Amino acid sequence: MIRVYGIGRDMTTDGKRVSLGAIFRVFFMIGATSFGGGLIAWIHRETVTNRKWLTQEQFLSGVALGQVLPGANVTNLAIYVGQVLRGGLGATVAICAVLLAPFFLCIGLAHIYDRVIGVPGFHAAMDGIAATAVGMILRLAYMGASHSCRKAAPAIIALAVFGAIGLLHWPLFPVILVAAPLSVALAWPRGAAHA
Amino acid sequence: MRDSPYFGLLYVLVPFSLVSVGGGPAIFAPLQHQSVDIWHWVSAREFVDLFAIARTAPGPGAMLTTLIGWKVAGWSGAIVATLALFAPASFMTYAVARVYDRYRGRAWHTALEEGLAPVAVGLILSGAVSVLHLSGDRPLAWAAALGAGAALAFLPKLHPFIILFTGAAIFVAAFFLGLK
Repeated sequence: MIRVYGIGRDMTTDGKRVSLGAIFRVFFMIGATSFGGGLIAWIHRETVTNRKWLTQEQFLSGVALGQVLPGANVTNLAIYVGQVLRGGLGATVAICAVLLAPFFLCIGLAHIYDRVIGVPGFHAAMDGIAATAVGMILRLAYMGASHSCRKAAPAIIALAVFGAIGLLHWPLFPVILVAAPLSVALAWPRGAAHA
Repeated sequence: MRDSPYFGLLYVLVPFSLVSVGGGPAIFAPLQHQSVDIWHWVSAREFVDLFAIARTAPGPGAMLTTLIGWKVAGWSGAIVATLALFAPASFMTYAVARVYDRYRGRAWHTALEEGLAPVAVGLILSGAVSVLHLSGDRPLAWAAALGAGAALAFLPKLHPFIILFTGAAIFVAAFFLGLK
């Protein structure tokens, strides 16, 4: 499972090479159908759960990296996944594919917005989709927690980050600047034992 | 050159791209100030509408900048604005991802991955709660989110579309019944 530089690069968890066309198709569909948000959960579903292109840890560390770097979380995650699978080309294909449909769809929606906004229940439908999309994200958080927070230390880190940012609304950057090194230090003995 | 609409878009959006830690929400307030008060690209009312459109359409909420570019200079404005906002940050992420990925398999890299995972879990959970908070903390929204999460957990074969559609149907029904 552990991939070493120079041997298993450009391969998925089961040792297959992912085609650029497959990367394009998956990210295009995610971009085209992600009404109501929840894109991170869609990316996880398609690349980890359904296709096993990445391990759970690879995906989650990509999420954390994407959030501390500038840029939309989704596009950063697309670049990360594309880069892991197929390097620079993979990253380019993934970000272009994930933005292609939204580019045309948001301009298209802007054209007809004045009309659809007046349709009774339109707002309610959109709110409903957004709320249930949060359910997908909750499910992703649960899967991530059950995989990587089985021990006390990571569970406490996850709860502390959630408390500070999700509940107390502390600024993202300082919280991560404290939590990430602490969490990595706590993971160190286990990490070293794998080597 | 300062008169060119593309210059303005690049001048405002490229720096925003590089400071947009956490994505769109980090720049929406200064973007509103720049595009409404400073550059007069859109009116305050239009800005709010475009924000709502970007949220409603699929894709990241930062597509708001695409719409502003489109208002400023049509299709070419939309393309310039999209590139200005997404390209600089994307290059930065790519560079970091590349360096990060190069050391896969090393002990410290494994520790980094294992250490970042719980941080990501906390961030993902925070994102979920903040969306519900932004939508006004409606009990119905919380119930729908928790219900959808449970449905996905117990019926993993169920396609998310079915769940999203059910959520929409319940909210529409609640709207017509006058429920909160």
